[in-house]
Amino acid sequence: MNLSTQVKHLVKKELLLEWRSKYALNGVLLYVVSTVFVCFLSFVSIEIITWNALFWIIMLFASINAVSKSFLQESKGRHLYIYTIASPIALIISKTVYNVLLMLVLTIIALSFHMVVFGRVPQDLPMYLLATLLGSLSFSTIFTMISAIASKAGNGGMLMAILGFPVIIPVLVVLIKLTKNAIDGLDRSVSWDEVGMLLVINVLVMAVSLLLFPYLWRD
Amino acid sequence: MYKNWWKILGALLVIYSTIAGFLSDVPMLPILHESIRNLYFHVPMWFGMIVLFSVSVYHSIKFLSNSNPEHDLKAVESVNVGVVYGILGIVTGAIWAKFTWGQAWSFDVKQNFAAIALLLYFAYLVLRNAIDEEQKRAKISAIYNIFAFPMMVVLLFVLPRLSDSLHPGNGGNPGFNSYDLDSRMRAIFYPACLGWILVGYWIYTILYRVRSLEKNNNI
Repeated sequence: MNLSTQVKHLVKKELLLEWRSKYALNGVLLYVVSTVFVCFLSFVSIEIITWNALFWIIMLFASINAVSKSFLQESKGRHLYIYTIASPIALIISKTVYNVLLMLVLTIIALSFHMVVFGRVPQDLPMYLLATLLGSLSFSTIFTMISAIASKAGNGGMLMAILGFPVIIPVLVVLIKLTKNAIDGLDRSVSWDEVGMLLVINVLVMAVSLLLFPYLWRD
Repeated sequence: MYKNWWKILGALLVIYSTIAGFLSDVPMLPILHESIRNLYFHVPMWFGMIVLFSVSVYHSIKFLSNSNPEHDLKAVESVNVGVVYGILGIVTGAIWAKFTWGQAWSFDVKQNFAAIALLLYFAYLVLRNAIDEEQKRAKISAIYNIFAFPMMVVLLFVLPRLSDSLHPGNGGNPGFNSYDLDSRMRAIFYPACLGWILVGYWIYTILYRVRSLEKNNNI
């Protein structure tokens, strides 16, 4: 089988597994919704800057929870089975694609809920949407690779946070700046630098992941 | 002896730059005054750190291609020395900031991102401690090291250029080159950089040799 069919089958497998149990999606959705609600109950009225920061903190932890499932939850036996039938490149691409899809759905739902509950809408909504989409893209590419490393190292959640946070902080800084621009309704030409920066980081992370994952996968 | 010329050169350059750095004339500038002498100590630390981290990545790549445990030892020891250089860079920077910007931690982008870049390498060291099995530890930490390096480059060289900084050469502040790094300072600054890089590399080779002797004795 060539690469694209392998990727297609693996993504289909991930989606099917998710659809049968609906565990990751529902669990993380419940997490996001309850966190937003707790924040609303404790803040009630809120500055727009705090609103933005809260959204990104919630998304950060939601994405760690959602994406870390991709490798950490699978058993060693299943890893071995996939190792025998698929190439590592196909595996990392399919996991990343699946995580991007999952995060996109999550982000859209979380953002709309966040806006409805707090009753705040950013001035430049399309730009804000673009920023959140780029955010979910970067979260999934970075955390997929980090979760692969953490799962191979063998002690899950704790290591995931330690390894992931320093890598994700630069992305978060750029994201918060971009979304701040969108909230203030600044002219879009101001924000293209940040958009380009995020795309460059994503391409960089994907390239490095593709290069390194085959070494990681071979035990 | 002829192989050790660079060690002697490094030591001589560091001694020269320290003595000349404290005693030679410097241009009298507002705000900076005599603290401009810190240039000879603060900036070489960062150059040294980057060189050492590059050495470490080089050895991590070598390790992935031929699985020789020596390369793993080299990678971790150069990170150890690089982290010490980074901490010294932050401390000298904080002292300098205390006298020129008013506060030791002025929430400057470069300060923040340098601290995060160090966090990346602390995460690398924590990851190493989390895995017991030697071969596995070497492989996974090499992969994380290569994964973290582009992020460090983004943190230290790309992101600070996107926002304003109190450092010279950022956000409208003129760089040192433009008016105040006159030829007298250059004559000390460049030897200082080269000297500290060589001394850092020397410390790394000594640490590596001690470590490999310890390891071989145990077997």
